Amino acid sequence: MEHVILFLIFAVIAVVAAINLVLQSHPISSALSLVGVMGALALIYLQLGGEFIASAQLIVYAGAIMVLFIFVIMLLNAGTERKMKRNLWVKYGGLPLMALFIGVVAYVIERMLPPSPGGLFGNMTHGNPQEIGRLLFQQYLLPFEVTSILILIAILGAVVLARKEIE
Amino acid sequence: MNFYIVSLIKSALVAFVLLTALAYIQWVERKVLAHIQLRIGPRRVGPHGLLQPLADVIKLLTKEDMIPSHVNKFFYLLAPFLAVMFALISIAVIPFGTEVKIGNFTTPMQLTDLNVGVLFILGLSGIGVYGVALAGWASNNKYALIGGLRSSAQMISYELPMAMAIAAPLLLLNSLSFRELVDGQAGFYLGFIPKWSIFHGPFPQIVSFIIFLIAAFAETNRVPFDLPEAENELVAGFHTEYGSMKFAAFFMAEYANMVTVSCVAVLLFLGGWQPLWPAEYGSGFLPTLILGISGLVCLYHGMNPARPMDRFTLPVFGVVFLGLAGVFLIPAIAPMLLPLFWFLSKVGVVLFIYIWIRGTLPRFRYDQLMSFAWTVMFPLAIVNLFITALMVALN
Repeated sequence: MEHVILFLIFAVIAVVAAINLVLQSHPISSALSLVGVMGALALIYLQLGGEFIASAQLIVYAGAIMVLFIFVIMLLNAGTERKMKRNLWVKYGGLPLMALFIGVVAYVIERMLPPSPGGLFGNMTHGNPQEIGRLLFQQYLLPFEVTSILILIAILGAVVLARKEIE
Repeated sequence: MNFYIVSLIKSALVAFVLLTALAYIQWVERKVLAHIQLRIGPRRVGPHGLLQPLADVIKLLTKEDMIPSHVNKFFYLLAPFLAVMFALISIAVIPFGTEVKIGNFTTPMQLTDLNVGVLFILGLSGIGVYGVALAGWASNNKYALIGGLRSSAQMISYELPMAMAIAAPLLLLNSLSFRELVDGQAGFYLGFIPKWSIFHGPFPQIVSFIIFLIAAFAETNRVPFDLPEAENELVAGFHTEYGSMKFAAFFMAEYANMVTVSCVAVLLFLGGWQPLWPAEYGSGFLPTLILGISGLVCLYHGMNPARPMDRFTLPVFGVVFLGLAGVFLIPAIAPMLLPLFWFLSKVGVVLFIYIWIRGTLPRFRYDQLMSFAWTVMFPLAIVNLFITALMVALN
């Protein structure tokens, strides 16, 4: 019972923060809402039994990436964004269309995936760091290394783009 | 239902002890700094200034709670709350000792034994940046903003060498849970050298320990890395616009972070609650000895008072110390208290190093700080991790 209550609390936090992210007009408020989404997701992972993935979510997304976002927003001193005038069709047709789209996607996913035995909290026992490490460095070694080289290329690209031209 | 009651009692106990300790660490810091600088330090409120923290708390609580008119109100109020919350949560995964036995009931001296406790602490220390950065931005003050920006840049930069320094002993001990890490450091080489990580074969982790300690000083914004609040260039840095309890929240967060980082250093490198020398050579009698001698010294000085009030205060302390010394001799309680004694005394030593360095070293310049992180600490941490991994692989 308490599992369901906890899940509902974190899920509601995640959804509310996600909606808030879109609604807020100031970049800092939006960025912090995104941090809220990441944190709530990490807690849901933790509840499912994926301690490692929860910590990774916390360190990488909530800790490192979002701090950089906020750092950049603070440095650029970005102000509140201006509201554009929307036409009537978008204003009143948008929400029902979105609800329809989400409904269709949910239906398709529900039909395509095999039926799951419901939320089994804490039952995922394969989430410990030893097993994840073994999978990453044995079975998925090649994709893992390719990804790391991809990130290295991105870093080099950023350095090349940002460096001063020396005459 | 039992689980909830036990958790509530333990949380309340840990929170109470931690918050009191935070106030008294500040008293110790003021006293030690004063003696380093040939002063006496606080001594007006209570005997030897022992009630000074209480007076400070009352002062901060009753001060006018002002909000400057030009700030972003929501984030201005959110920032100190975030800072203190993330600083206090970390204590939940720190184990203080083995376990408490009351009759048939046993419970570990820890709020929760997460099997990725080390990563949890790293994650929280990364999120802790938000409090400082937001405080700087929401204050709408250029000194505060520069302080906040400096702090975020500094904490991101020093998190890398810190995480790499932590990874080295984890490789040797092969776990991520603090309890297992400490258990892995039990035992002695040649019968007397403790198997702590800093002495651990095949590659002693002294280098990682020093890297970790330096990075930890930067993470907690302490001298010589207290650039975010460098008072002679930034007034007070990120908390320039904060007063009363909101200022106290930042202060508390700083000290709570210090305590957490010291606990992590002790658990990872200094063997947690494992004693310094084996019990065969009488390490179990050390607390009795220290407390007994302190009690006798207090009693002696109470008999021959140097100041009039000492006639009443010192005997009280003497009796308390002697009583504690006696408690450590009771066979039913000693096995629970001894690990706690070793853990707390090691944490105390690390905290003392913090204060000692604050009294000794001047502040870095900001560019020196950043180039030190990226050109010295980071490569050193990588090389250290590489050698450790190689040694582990070869064994």
